[in-house]
Amino acid sequence: MPADREEIMSTVKMTVNGKSVSREVEDTTLLTEFLREDLRLTGTHVGCDTSQCGACVVHVNGRAIKSCTALAVALDGAEVTTIEGIADGQNLHPMQAAFKANHGLQCGFCTPGMIMSGIDMVNRYQAEGKALTTEAIRDELEGNICRCTGYHNIVKAIEEAAGEMSGMAKAAE
Amino acid sequence: MSEGIGARVTRKEDKRFITGKGKYTDDIRMENQAYAAFVRSPHAHATVKSIDASAAEAMEGVIEVLNGAQLTGDEIGNIICGWAITSKDGSPMNMGAWSALATEKVRYVGDAVAVVIAETQALARLAAEAVEVEYDELPAVAFADKALEGGAPEIHDNAPGNLIYDWEIGEEAATDAALAGAAHVTEMEITNNRLSPNPMEPRSAVATYDESEEHYTLYTTSQNPHVARLVLSAFYNVAPEHKLRVIAPDVGGGFGSKIYIYPEEITCLWASMRTGRSVKWTSDRSEAFMTDAHGRDHVSTAKMGFDADGKIVGFKVDTIANFGAYMSLFSSAVPTYLYATLLSGQYNISNIHCNVRAVYTNTVPIDAYRGAGRPEACYAIERMMETAARELNMDPGELRRRNFIGEFPHETPVIMTYDAGDFDGNLDKALAAADVSGFAARKAEAASRGKLRGLGYSCYIEACGIAPSAAVGSLGAGVGLWESAEVRVNPVGTIEILTGSHSHGQGHETTFAQIVAERFSIPIDNVQIVHGDTDKVQFGMGTYGSRSGAVGMSAIVKAMDKVEAKVKKIAAHTLEASEDDIVIEGGEVKVAGTDKAMGWHEVGLAAYTGHNLPDGMEPGLKEGAFYDPVNFTFPAGAYICEVEVDPDTGVTEIVQFTAADDFGTIITQMIVESQVHGGVAQGIGQAMLEQVVYDDDGQLITGSYMDYTMPRADDVPFYTIEHNTTVCPNNPLGIKGCGEAGAIGAPPAVINAITDAIGTNDLQMPATPQAVWTALQSVQTPMAAE
Repeated sequence: MPADREEIMSTVKMTVNGKSVSREVEDTTLLTEFLREDLRLTGTHVGCDTSQCGACVVHVNGRAIKSCTALAVALDGAEVTTIEGIADGQNLHPMQAAFKANHGLQCGFCTPGMIMSGIDMVNRYQAEGKALTTEAIRDELEGNICRCTGYHNIVKAIEEAAGEMSGMAKAAE
Repeated sequence: MSEGIGARVTRKEDKRFITGKGKYTDDIRMENQAYAAFVRSPHAHATVKSIDASAAEAMEGVIEVLNGAQLTGDEIGNIICGWAITSKDGSPMNMGAWSALATEKVRYVGDAVAVVIAETQALARLAAEAVEVEYDELPAVAFADKALEGGAPEIHDNAPGNLIYDWEIGEEAATDAALAGAAHVTEMEITNNRLSPNPMEPRSAVATYDESEEHYTLYTTSQNPHVARLVLSAFYNVAPEHKLRVIAPDVGGGFGSKIYIYPEEITCLWASMRTGRSVKWTSDRSEAFMTDAHGRDHVSTAKMGFDADGKIVGFKVDTIANFGAYMSLFSSAVPTYLYATLLSGQYNISNIHCNVRAVYTNTVPIDAYRGAGRPEACYAIERMMETAARELNMDPGELRRRNFIGEFPHETPVIMTYDAGDFDGNLDKALAAADVSGFAARKAEAASRGKLRGLGYSCYIEACGIAPSAAVGSLGAGVGLWESAEVRVNPVGTIEILTGSHSHGQGHETTFAQIVAERFSIPIDNVQIVHGDTDKVQFGMGTYGSRSGAVGMSAIVKAMDKVEAKVKKIAAHTLEASEDDIVIEGGEVKVAGTDKAMGWHEVGLAAYTGHNLPDGMEPGLKEGAFYDPVNFTFPAGAYICEVEVDPDTGVTEIVQFTAADDFGTIITQMIVESQVHGGVAQGIGQAMLEQVVYDDDGQLITGSYMDYTMPRADDVPFYTIEHNTTVCPNNPLGIKGCGEAGAIGAPPAVINAITDAIGTNDLQMPATPQAVWTALQSVQTPMAAE
């Protein structure tokens, strides 16, 4: 065990939820640790240590990733969005609103990851012009585990939000 | 208008969770916080020869390394099981010593022997690996039946043959005679597979010691912070109760596993005193698999006898229950009073006998997991009923109907008194919703595609809200099982409800507010539910066993009764009317039939100004209550599962799952239905996916989500939910409870469906594709391979 192990520190700059941040971090710092411990954005959760549970999903440069499996230093310059950054002020993101309206959460621990994955899948399917069926939602949720809801209302919430987001995308065109 | 009972509302607690503002234990950071990492045994059974922490202590940033000798030296007490079970020969159960940090011997992989306290979590973990522990390995045993065999390694000196207790209930001779005279006897070997609860939030603790006040604060992932404080104080000698505050903030699911007080929480508290630092520990998932109490793990043989009319004449069960390496807090009650007492199911059975042997093994301790004993009972009964129906060539619904209990109250031969129910009605609703009459056509259509369809039933009954305290005390419980509540009406009329129930996903902040809105005719936004903090709430027994509705809300109702009485006195005095004429409605306190009224808030103000109160009345408007139920409650229902099996691969799809439940009064339908969704998913997980695997040496094979299959969204269907309500006659709201039903009722429905599809009954849980395919090979015509 290298008791005298060398701590290699690097400066990491990112845009997190629209704000520029800069911190000195160890090279071994995971993005989850950077968000939770350095930035104190504790909405991103850690539910496993093998990249299965998805409680830690955030968006990096517009794509969903598992932040427990990314090093902060590798994401220098990235744009990161977390669960804290998706509402527009007091207006909830349609995915957040749909989770509430459909009772898509119980204990709330997996919820940030579910919402971030939900937004990502809707965006990808819309960009590709594909229909996000409930079967597709279930397949896409392979990397997000919930122990409380039995997924019933999560699937319904994502389906409802997809319709809402589609309407918003069309209105914006 | 009303947001009261039955109203469609969204949850008050959701906003913080969907915006990332929930506050879970691991989100808390104290000033001066250090981190704990545990040094754990890699062996299932070994003596500890020496612990050398010098290399770890030399690492920069390591504050201290502490071990079990120091812990016991500071007189921290052993971890206890709080329910005393007496063997049938009158001897007490054999509880082996369990120190939070093992001293002379380790008894399972993961048993902690030392703890490192360091400046960062990463450093604490690195240093824990640098602690050198010398072990002498001993032979180990992981399976309960093997642990009972002669010559098996003995795990605790005071438990010869690894036997904790040998207990029975019911009349053995009468049951044997009934079986001997039966026209038909169904016999089965039934395994109830070992599970890991897996709430998504891993356990966590942050302990702080204030030396100047000699006072401890513990934030922890608990379903019952008051019980934690009581046990930490009275049994583990950490601190007297008034010098220990336990807070369970937002808790990310429990399912039973967060009832217990584990070595890690005890150690963090003790280490905070030893080091003068706040000490935080957060489990990772791998650690959770090897330290969170597991569930189930029963092996049983069962015989059920029928007369010529298909009526059950006797039911005999012999069960071996694996307890793991130590007796966890409620472990002893699970295979006895939460299991064997439910073996009558929904059926009129005159003779029942059950024998239970509880056994130590070199595995993680086993305790209550969602359902706790009742899933094991339901699985045994409902597998037997379905199997008997096949053997008797009867419709499985008809066989059940012939035996349903139809009159209440009904006393079973295993000490339960069912108070209300409508078992035929439940089954009627399930049959209709599942379109059972159309099943034959669906089966034929599936067959045309080369697929096997099957239908399985499960008619479950369970017992919730364990009670009353005097009864459970006589059965060995170390605590009372009442609940407490306090209703505080503020001068402006808003209300705080302090409850001893704890919400970790159940939505109490909404449901509890609804019963207040119903009673006092105010919006739910004017009600705040306070829970989970021993400094705020005087006492509480916490949330498990589906007790928050039937027991927790009953305590709130009792306190509201007292508030209402005082409100009426104040209003009668102010409005110069009789108390009996005062009604509370529409946000006002009125004299019925007149236009004389006070606003609800005006009554609150009158109570607190005290300017004009009835003679002798104390100012203020705050009442408390303790509610001790008179009986268990008995939720029951009928579940029907329809599956389609691919015979080439064994892959099984649940095409429809129908649940018709009788939960008594429903306050928030959306929340109740979602409890069923989640419970059924866990039941499907047990039936088809989940299995904690140990090898013969006691090594844990399923130590992560790479190896232990959690149900994913594509493993489960949309559920069809029906309600058939009979009101519980024994509590003020008529509630029975809904939290565990799904996990209890689902597994036999799933296995009954799969065995129906594949045409053989030789299938144990989990019915993985491999298990289903293997079972199919025994019934399909062997291919001419030669």
